[in-house]
Amino acid sequence: MLALLDTVIQGVLLGGLYALFALGLSLIFGIMRLVNLAHGDLIVLAAFVIFALAKALGLNSFGALVLAAPVLFGFGYALQHFVLNRTLGRDILPPLLVTFGLSIIIQNGLLEAFSADTKRLSAGALETASVSLLPGLAVGVMPLLTLASAVGVIFALNYLFYRTPIGRAFRATSDDPEIAQLMGIDNRRIFALAMAVAMVVTAIAALYLGTRANFDPSIGPARLLYAFEAVIIGGLGSFWGTLAGGIIIGVAQTVGAHINAEWQILAGHLAFLAVLVLRPRGLFPRAVD
Amino acid sequence: MVLLETTDLVAFYRDFQALFGIDTRLNEGETVAIIGANGAGKSTYLKAVAGLLPSEPGSVYFGGKPIGALGAAEIMRLGIALVPEGRRLFPSLTVEENLLIGAHGRAVPGPWSIEAIYALFPVLKQRRHQSSTTLSGGEQQMAAIGRALMSNPRLLLCDEISLGLAPIVIRDIYQVLPRIKAGGTSMILVEQDIVQAMKVADRVYCFQEGRVSLSGSPSALTREQIHAAYFGT
Amino acid sequence: MRGHYRIEIATAISRYVALAGAALVAVLVFLPLFGSRALMQELIFVFYMLALAQLWNLLAGYAGLVSVGQQAFVGLGGYLLFAFTVLVGFDALVAIVLAGLIAGAFAFPTALVVFRLRGAYFAIGTWVVAEVFRLVLAQVKELGGGTGTSLPVAVTNGVAGMEWIKTFFDVRTAVARDMLIYWLALALAIGTILGVYYVLRSRRGLALAAIRDSELAAESVGVDSYRAKLWVYAVTAAMTGMIGALIYLQKARISPDAAFSVLDWTAYVIFVVVIGGIGTIEGPIVGIVIFWLLQSYLADFGSWYLILLGALAIGIMLFAPRGIWGFFADRYKIVLFPLQRRLIDAGGEKKSGT
Repeated sequence: MLALLDTVIQGVLLGGLYALFALGLSLIFGIMRLVNLAHGDLIVLAAFVIFALAKALGLNSFGALVLAAPVLFGFGYALQHFVLNRTLGRDILPPLLVTFGLSIIIQNGLLEAFSADTKRLSAGALETASVSLLPGLAVGVMPLLTLASAVGVIFALNYLFYRTPIGRAFRATSDDPEIAQLMGIDNRRIFALAMAVAMVVTAIAALYLGTRANFDPSIGPARLLYAFEAVIIGGLGSFWGTLAGGIIIGVAQTVGAHINAEWQILAGHLAFLAVLVLRPRGLFPRAVD
Repeated sequence: MVLLETTDLVAFYRDFQALFGIDTRLNEGETVAIIGANGAGKSTYLKAVAGLLPSEPGSVYFGGKPIGALGAAEIMRLGIALVPEGRRLFPSLTVEENLLIGAHGRAVPGPWSIEAIYALFPVLKQRRHQSSTTLSGGEQQMAAIGRALMSNPRLLLCDEISLGLAPIVIRDIYQVLPRIKAGGTSMILVEQDIVQAMKVADRVYCFQEGRVSLSGSPSALTREQIHAAYFGT
Repeated sequence: MRGHYRIEIATAISRYVALAGAALVAVLVFLPLFGSRALMQELIFVFYMLALAQLWNLLAGYAGLVSVGQQAFVGLGGYLLFAFTVLVGFDALVAIVLAGLIAGAFAFPTALVVFRLRGAYFAIGTWVVAEVFRLVLAQVKELGGGTGTSLPVAVTNGVAGMEWIKTFFDVRTAVARDMLIYWLALALAIGTILGVYYVLRSRRGLALAAIRDSELAAESVGVDSYRAKLWVYAVTAAMTGMIGALIYLQKARISPDAAFSVLDWTAYVIFVVVIGGIGTIEGPIVGIVIFWLLQSYLADFGSWYLILLGALAIGIMLFAPRGIWGFFADRYKIVLFPLQRRLIDAGGEKKSGT
């Protein structure tokens, strides 16, 4: 019984990580209906940037994240401004194919720059620290921090979206890009800004990815799938929904692993497909699609 | 003083030509009505002026500046606000947020602040925190007009604001227009409901299949003239 | 006499092209007799990639179903080949056909799930399904589990027709096998091209084009878009499965990661279609030639080669979205596989339009 509870709790905490993967994607997809097939690779790219900064400047991972965030903010803005903005329009193929090409470029670029060796971000003493929830039930501090960060990011994003003028502009552009222009909103700038914000969220996700497990240039695509599954399960337009989606995937995975270690990832995918069959628009769809 | 002037304005939807050389003029402070049958090009004209459709640089002059090649966001910032056909409020925003976003690109002092809009349309104040999707048709139209006014535009473009509304509601909305005019805003009203439009307008243009078929002041034009220009007989 | 109309599709240029095409095919058929073994093996790769590209193009460019999960059927076909030859003992050729049929059957439950999605969601959904296939098959220990397995010599040397080729052409077993697979691959490539062409010329093809342009409008004129899309998806899955079976007969070794590789069976395929020109039959043909050249000269550069491919794909999509063929075809108005229908007044005044 305790073992099952422990499994579920581990799943919820894992869900926090998947939610962090997914929140950047949710933001992008919500505002500009852009499917970024390179999203997973961008998380990995962010992890390598944090790694490189930490190594070069002798910082710990959290310090490196603080430095990496503005760098990645600028990168996201530039990426959207120079490349991805040109792909937006009625046709779904160009953004899909361009981001696919981007995914290949990032994976192989990282391979050339850093080799295929796995890397790890260090979190010092926090890595092994744990907290006791119940007698016999301990959880790691890092996983807890991950979930807490996911929740924190959601509060921050909701604040940004619902209590600031720029957030109003995000929502308006997401609703109706043509009429948003009539409000004096420059869609291209909004999209670039959205991508920049998403990259910061992605950087936070990368920190927890890199401290939790080894990473290498090739692990991007799997993260993309988990992120997308979380977004789709949660439903378009709801950040809390994305968290719910992440948790569902996480719990499915840990329960699956509990039954048979080889079934972890499969269990997650099957849970996703099941939700899809039952609720194609997700659990908490909000925006008009 | 001439505020808006279009010269030989053409407009295309891909390969389809919707406007064939439109010449119009609006003086500051005037209210101009544009009437015509469905498909005559009236909405297209407004979209072209507002920058939602591309035009030749010299076809549209606003306050002496050529604006034909500018984008909609830029044109909005110069002081042209469009109340689009079908209202098109933002469903993810509340009533108040819809009004506030009207001033997003252009926050200039003038008669229209959010309090003034609420004074003009009290029912909006009652519903200010509701989602804009819960409003009735008439209330949505009021919100759309209020949203456009928030930028204190020099020129207000209204695209078929009576569409789909009950006559009593149309009357209520049209009663508000003189107050907008008194605030110093020039207006172009595109309407299928000729009666209301002609009551408020200083001058009227009639479009027929993408061309200006008649222009003049409402008092000077006869019913037969308008009928002929409208239907193209 | 007015009132009699017929629909004509062929154009004058297309008739010359058909002739030239037939000549090229003849050369390719006889190639094993005078070409080197290395060339044969390279062409096998070209043929099956071309076939996969034509199928992906049919799915995405014509039916509007952008799938990044076709590797599901390539891998499934490969594993079915292994299952039928190694576990059941069938001849490889029989296994290839069965693999196609069963892969086609699997398209139906897959569609049940993924057709609930649209656009980009659909794309990701197909990828997830492919991952599920991969993970499930990695559990099948009889077929090598996670590390995979190889075809026993008895299977690879015992394919029907090989003995005949060996004696008739007086070649070694290995060469005979290559020749057999070469002709099968060529047949599949030509069959796929002609098959796709005839589907598009048919009423079903017209329905697909209508769906791609506007599903709502198509349905309003009576097109059952769900059934049309399902049909294309299933047929494509079956053909892709057959090709997968052939690929793994040639490779003679399979593993889940290789068989369900997104890079090999989706990324490269999409590259071929996009570079050549999506939405045309000529496009993938141009694309595979370019891909073959790039692969031959630059594949040694490893990651840089892939970066180049990615950059090329991005460049084409941004600046020449209709691909290289599309770019030239638009400028010079060439069509080799005509598809546009013209209404000809057949009675009395015959107005043909070219």
